[in-house]
Amino acid sequence: MKNVSLISAIALVAATAGSAQAQTLEKVISEGVLACGVSEGVPGFSNPNSEGVWEGLDVDICRAVATAVLGDPDAVRFSPLTSSQKILAVSSGQVDMTSRTTTWTMKRDSAEGVDFTQVVFYDGQGFMVRAESGITDANQLDSATVCVTTGTTTELNLADFARAQNITIEPVVFEGKREAVAAYESGRCDALTTDASQLGAFRTSFIDPEAHTILDTLISKEPLAPLVAHGDNQWKDIVTWTIFGLISAEELGITSENVADLAANSDNPDVQRLLGASGDTGGFVGLEGSWMKDVIASVGNYGEIFDRNLTQTLGLERGLNAQWNDGGILYAMPIR
Amino acid sequence: MTQITSEIGTKTFEPLAARGAPTQHIGPLNWLRKNLFKGWLNSLTSLVLIGVLLWVLPVMINWLFLDAVFRGNGEVCRQSAGACWPFIYEKIPVLMVGVYPQELIWRPAVAGVALLALVYLTFSDRIRGFVLIGAWLALPLFALVMIGGAFGMTEVNQSLWGGLMLSILLALVGVIVSIPLGVMLALGRFYGSPLVKALCIGFIELIRGVPLITILFMVSVMMPLFLPPEMIINNLMRIQIGMIFFSAAYMAEVIRGGLQAIPKGQTEASLALGVSPNHTILFVIVPQALRHVLPPLIGRCIALFKDTSLVIIVGLLDFLGMIKGAALDPDWLGFQTEAYFFAAFVYWLICYSLSRYGRALENRGPNGAKR
Amino acid sequence: MSSIPKIKSKSLSGQVLWAVFAQGAVLVVVLSAAYFLFQNTQANLDAKGIKSGFAFLGHEAGLPIGDSLIEYDPTKSYGYAFLVGILNTLMVSALAIILSTILGILVGVARVSSNWLLARLAAIYVETLRNIPLLLTLIFTYIIIIGSLPHPRDAISLFDGYFLSNRGIYIPKPIAEDGFGIFIIAAIVASVLAISFGVWARQYKRRTGRLVPGIWGGLAIFTVLTGLAFLATGNPVGSETPEFRGFNFSGGLGLKPEFVALLTGLVLYTAAYIGENVRSGIESVHAGQIEAANALGVPSGVVTRLVMLPQALRVTIPATTNDYASLVKNSSLAVAIGFPDMVSVGGTIIGQNGQAIEIIAMWMAVYLTINMLISFGMNLLNSRVQIVER
Repeated sequence: MKNVSLISAIALVAATAGSAQAQTLEKVISEGVLACGVSEGVPGFSNPNSEGVWEGLDVDICRAVATAVLGDPDAVRFSPLTSSQKILAVSSGQVDMTSRTTTWTMKRDSAEGVDFTQVVFYDGQGFMVRAESGITDANQLDSATVCVTTGTTTELNLADFARAQNITIEPVVFEGKREAVAAYESGRCDALTTDASQLGAFRTSFIDPEAHTILDTLISKEPLAPLVAHGDNQWKDIVTWTIFGLISAEELGITSENVADLAANSDNPDVQRLLGASGDTGGFVGLEGSWMKDVIASVGNYGEIFDRNLTQTLGLERGLNAQWNDGGILYAMPIR
Repeated sequence: MTQITSEIGTKTFEPLAARGAPTQHIGPLNWLRKNLFKGWLNSLTSLVLIGVLLWVLPVMINWLFLDAVFRGNGEVCRQSAGACWPFIYEKIPVLMVGVYPQELIWRPAVAGVALLALVYLTFSDRIRGFVLIGAWLALPLFALVMIGGAFGMTEVNQSLWGGLMLSILLALVGVIVSIPLGVMLALGRFYGSPLVKALCIGFIELIRGVPLITILFMVSVMMPLFLPPEMIINNLMRIQIGMIFFSAAYMAEVIRGGLQAIPKGQTEASLALGVSPNHTILFVIVPQALRHVLPPLIGRCIALFKDTSLVIIVGLLDFLGMIKGAALDPDWLGFQTEAYFFAAFVYWLICYSLSRYGRALENRGPNGAKR
Repeated sequence: MSSIPKIKSKSLSGQVLWAVFAQGAVLVVVLSAAYFLFQNTQANLDAKGIKSGFAFLGHEAGLPIGDSLIEYDPTKSYGYAFLVGILNTLMVSALAIILSTILGILVGVARVSSNWLLARLAAIYVETLRNIPLLLTLIFTYIIIIGSLPHPRDAISLFDGYFLSNRGIYIPKPIAEDGFGIFIIAAIVASVLAISFGVWARQYKRRTGRLVPGIWGGLAIFTVLTGLAFLATGNPVGSETPEFRGFNFSGGLGLKPEFVALLTGLVLYTAAYIGENVRSGIESVHAGQIEAANALGVPSGVVTRLVMLPQALRVTIPATTNDYASLVKNSSLAVAIGFPDMVSVGGTIIGQNGQAIEIIAMWMAVYLTINMLISFGMNLLNSRVQIVER
């Protein structure tokens, strides 16, 4: 029983060492690395490439925050999380933030120990079916078998949709997204449902993409946002305003190429404030004044991130994710 | 004829006709007659089985070898009816080490070579005793240093560890830590004071009563809630702890069997010689007990290695995880049978060699035929 | 057993004092560790504002479940959804136990068969299945089932009304029609009569030593009586044939591919282990016993039934108890192939609800209970076959 006593001795020492709420910012700075939870592999959002380097929109948000706090886009430790882990990993402090295509819902935000920061992608849940099935609308799916991933809002939306339409849908629920996609492709299900953006990504990976159609019907709102642990307001502010900074940068026309030039020469007061040329916006959240300058220089603005990860590889349109003055609903709060 | 009379009635005992003398022929024809065609039921079974084999074997051989593609890419493979082996060659690095940085791949490779060398030395019985135990204790440390990086080597984060390397590491560290833990639990259960005994029994039976998956869920999802916020243990480490606890409970039961099998005379003799009770347990009973249960301990090692495949459910990309990923590679779609076949072959090869080794030990161990 | 503590040195009282102190110390350490973990959990839950407790079990689940023994829809509560999972676990485990026992016995007997080919193939089967992780076997079985079977539109129709497709196996569902109640009563009466006949036959044998075929006689009584009742009530069992409509079969009884794959994988895997238990049971019976029985002219069927089996079971049953317990635990791998067992449904609830502590505690409680029931039942059986020592 020596082992037990040893463990508890260590544990007691640890308990007396301090039970105050850890400040995430201090922790990240002292460790010199940002622990960021991502998904286990969704092309365009977070997926390790063939060299093992993580890529995607969600990944770039992690890199942006790491640059803002530590000045280094590579000072990130990525932890792939399953859907049952994603909330608890961040609420219990195993990761400093999660950027993992997670839908912002009231229950999660209020009762599960996490806070959502700011939407980085407005999505909606859609269906993919085989072209030969002749289905054009989701309400024709009565009696169909649908493959879905567990632990996601997708699963609940599917049940709600069936109830609202008064049709029966037979779900086959998989633990991982890739399993659900593989089962759909092998013919186990008549339809696959998940966020519409991902359906496109998965379709491109099929042997014969033309044999599959993505229905126009969207059955839910899926605002995907990074989350942080509940209770550390400073940290939440840092993540939130870094995202707003990325969006504002696009709105103001600041890109990774011209950022150095604009920081030195721009006369636009908004640009000056964002890049730290005037005022101390970084100081409000405990960071350097020039925090956004480094961020944009290393990962680019929101538009560049979107284009690099979603448009070029998956052919995704901006749609709802365009700027508010360009037909979308992306609207960054003023940085001043 | 013998008449048997009892209260039930009278019965006549008639001896059965004598059987013919046993034939003692040798030669292939007689071998066939004796082993395949003895009696009509036996012959029928043989014919049916031969029929099934004649049907299945050609299909398998065609798929595995004759129709298989050995060189080319996904397009070439899709033209053919057989297996697609280039897919496996190309995926070998990722299956072995996952997304480990490519320029540092030599480090896990060195650890792998060390492992193979040690396996060879062990199986061929070149090293024994303390050298053997010491080498197996040192190996995981060496592997961890090589893979993780220390003493000035570039650090490679644990989130990048994967593939067969991760499966073997989980099993190796699991076995090596769980055996001493299992010994302690078994001693606690066997010799402990009532309280210690109750605690050990409680721990062992609780762990043995639930599936490994629930323990993995517990360590990966729930354990962070049990710990103070400052105590961060990463996912891999938590899962390793879960596997160790799980394995220790089973090891403890195996070792308890060994403790029970040691004759009382051993204890009595040792005590009579003036050896203290603690030393008797540690230096007389435990070594004998461990040697006695070596074969079932090897069985537990095999079981633990097979169980590492479950970590995929809590988000680690072990060998099976990498196989699943490879099967979904867009360039190589449609070859999941090959991927899973290869996985089955690798697991089988490792587990079967271990079980053969276990059987060899059984034959030369204390109960073995040869001494 | 524990002979060591009995040996005392000279300072006996000192030892006792020390032992009491040591126990007390262990208790304090364990309790403080438990308190420490509890405190942390409380603090963590409070700090993050996570709601805990079992109240959520009454809330509407909203999640879809594909395969359920009892009526389920998403308006039912989380507790009810979890119950659906428990029932699925129980059903697949119970069926797998029965089937793997049958297959295991066949494999074990084949292993020691005098037919060289059969024994070899059985050995290959055992060595293959035992050395591959069950998870991989399950995935393999699943992809073979959904990959090789056709779309329900082109379903393979084995007999009229029996369909095999990648949506599962669909068979006609028996439906009670008029007179079904009478038929059931007749069947119950028939089985009571059959069992009484069996009991009587046994007593008669004990009293007089004469053999009356109790089992066959009982079966005959049951078959004849129920057959007569079936005819008399004019075929009271109708059937609902599955029909292909829209996307899938409707009506009839359907077994989903996930269920079939899980069941097949579990049975194949466990049968390899049970087969080995059966083999070592058979091999544990001393060859002299069989030879002696043969020499006495006892028919070979009777040798198997009365000489070999009772002795073999003594070795086989304890080992098989462990395998049954493992089988139930292994059924939790359902989560990997999408069958909604208890772990899969519970995992979904954790994902939807964040109530990890409660769900994991419920899992463990249910598995521990099932395991206890299995070992209780098997111990009863075991105590009947073990030698009663004088």
